[in-house]
Amino acid sequence: MSTLSDLAQALASGRVQVVDLTHTLSADFPVMVLPPEMGQCAPFRKVEVSAYDHRGPAWRWNEITMNEHTGTHFDAPSHWITGKDVPNGTVDSIPVSAFVGPVVVIDFSAEAAADEDALLGVEHIEAWEERHGPVPAGAWVFLRTDWSRRKGAAYLNLREDGAHSPGPSAEAMRYLVNVRGIRGFGTETIGTDAGQGGHLDPPYPAHAILHGAGRYGLQCMCNLDQLPPTGAIICAAPLKIENGSGSPLRVLALVERDRGRK
Amino acid sequence: MNRLPPKKNPLKRTQVPVSPPGMRSRAATAMTVAAAEGRFALQHCGECGAVQYPPRELCRGCLSDALEWRDTDPSGAVIAETTTRVTPDTYFRGLMPVRIATVLLDAGPSLIARLHGAVGRGDRVRVAARIDAAGQAILLALPEQEGTEVRDDPTVRELSTDPRLRRVLIVDGRAPEALALARGLLEAGAAHVFVGLSEIWKPFALRDQFVALGACSFVKLDVTDADSVQDLAAEIGGKVEILIDNARFTRPGGVLGRADTVFARQELENGVLGMIRLAQGFGRAMQARGQDGVNSAVAWVSILPIGALVPQMSHAMASASGAAVLALSHALRGEMRGSGVRVINIYAGPVDDEWHQELPQPKLAPKALAQAVVKALVEGREEATAGEVARDLYARWREDPALAIREALGGTTA
Repeated sequence: MSTLSDLAQALASGRVQVVDLTHTLSADFPVMVLPPEMGQCAPFRKVEVSAYDHRGPAWRWNEITMNEHTGTHFDAPSHWITGKDVPNGTVDSIPVSAFVGPVVVIDFSAEAAADEDALLGVEHIEAWEERHGPVPAGAWVFLRTDWSRRKGAAYLNLREDGAHSPGPSAEAMRYLVNVRGIRGFGTETIGTDAGQGGHLDPPYPAHAILHGAGRYGLQCMCNLDQLPPTGAIICAAPLKIENGSGSPLRVLALVERDRGRK
Repeated sequence: MNRLPPKKNPLKRTQVPVSPPGMRSRAATAMTVAAAEGRFALQHCGECGAVQYPPRELCRGCLSDALEWRDTDPSGAVIAETTTRVTPDTYFRGLMPVRIATVLLDAGPSLIARLHGAVGRGDRVRVAARIDAAGQAILLALPEQEGTEVRDDPTVRELSTDPRLRRVLIVDGRAPEALALARGLLEAGAAHVFVGLSEIWKPFALRDQFVALGACSFVKLDVTDADSVQDLAAEIGGKVEILIDNARFTRPGGVLGRADTVFARQELENGVLGMIRLAQGFGRAMQARGQDGVNSAVAWVSILPIGALVPQMSHAMASASGAAVLALSHALRGEMRGSGVRVINIYAGPVDDEWHQELPQPKLAPKALAQAVVKALVEGREEATAGEVARDLYARWREDPALAIREALGGTTA
């Protein structure tokens, strides 16, 4: 039997399960907020074109508008200035093999619950590696914070001094990218960086370091608590937007059941 | 004093709006223009100086066509009074008995006017031109002194858009004038104020201050989202008697200032398309309740930048968006005619907010904008300004639109 027929059988039997890591695209889902004089991230909007009525008797369809970085979405290297000259740095030019691959999950939920500005440090990664082995080269690293359970204003957690949510430190990003050679970094928060990530050095280290090295970002994900620390595979293919900097997408994870849920 | 009517009997049909007689001559339509601005104006002859009523094409004294509409002293005395108790007219049947007076103005002419309940033959009165349910000017003889009794008179209520006893929707609770507006409406006797809140995932610092006002509740509403508007209309569309569309997105700058159309599109989404979405959601329901008793649906208010009339270079896109909303607002006024729902345009000068920070004074305090809205509603005006800049530009536009627009481009001495 081939690998794929094994997989097909595992999917049919439920031994491999498909987990949806995607939030529903809706008008109410928060978007990144920038100083208001700057260009903003358009929220998702949907306008009915017809719904089995005089505008089109037997069909229903909608017009949708959004930013490339609305909802659960993918960041291509060209999203950030550090990645503007990276070869194949746009969603239409990234090799499709990059969209399917292994993922490891670092459970940072206790730290995030204790401190909404918690920063993932190298020490956290090393502690994880002691238990699960080195982060494999070419893997996605997802940061589980359980932030996706927050609703309404608690999600962006905006205050007078900006947003407050957990994320990676610059050192952690350098370690993952330069030492471990990861494929990309994914989060449950509005961005790959912490809410206060603009005050780190470099500002927005996840964006700056990942994209400068030609790596990818995934954010606004959910259900990371259903993934094992190692062993899952994700399929995260952005829309093929010409010269696009990112795209909303459906992120699916394949999880082997007998490896146990977290 | 009027009280809130009892809850409706669900077995009874809601009264269907019917229009009062609405045809006027072109000359008489000029009186409607003045009435919409809250002015009482009559034709004055440029040749012989005679003041005449009703409006005509020529002076009835000297046949001159040099007739000019001028604000006229509204004082006079009731010299005759008639009570109509039976009528074949569908609109007035619901209002019987109706009292009609002949008023002899101190300015000369005598005219026919509806009568306030507290005045009759022999009384001194002031005549006001009001907009009726047909959207046309109608004259109303009022007691010389103003007060709440005047507002509560059924004829006055029929010929105004008073927020008293009515439920109001303020579309954008995050707008700078929203809190003062809610307070002003409640002080004017509004029964309830619904406050629209967009982007509920963002903080809202003024929440407690709205709650402290009392008869005030928050509703989820974002005019850029069609579903949000439809959902809210489904919930409270039958309860909104006054809708105040104050949802705007404003950014300073001209046409060449930016390299994209992102902000421009947001201005259109909030102003123009937002207004259409609101009208599609709430318009029909309000129209259907336009003659539904004491708390009938009565007013649709658009808050517009004065740039809608005289484009402002500092805020070119806000002017463009405002001009488009104004065109739609006139269209909606036409569509609402006969229902009893009036469409009110409030032209605001630059508001003293973050998006007009760099402009010189005088700027419009949000509270003053709120007061202008409440005043227009109480007095039944369809066209009103808020703030000195808007008042000045509106006057210039009324006098000579082309000149006012040229002046606004700069290069004209004060």
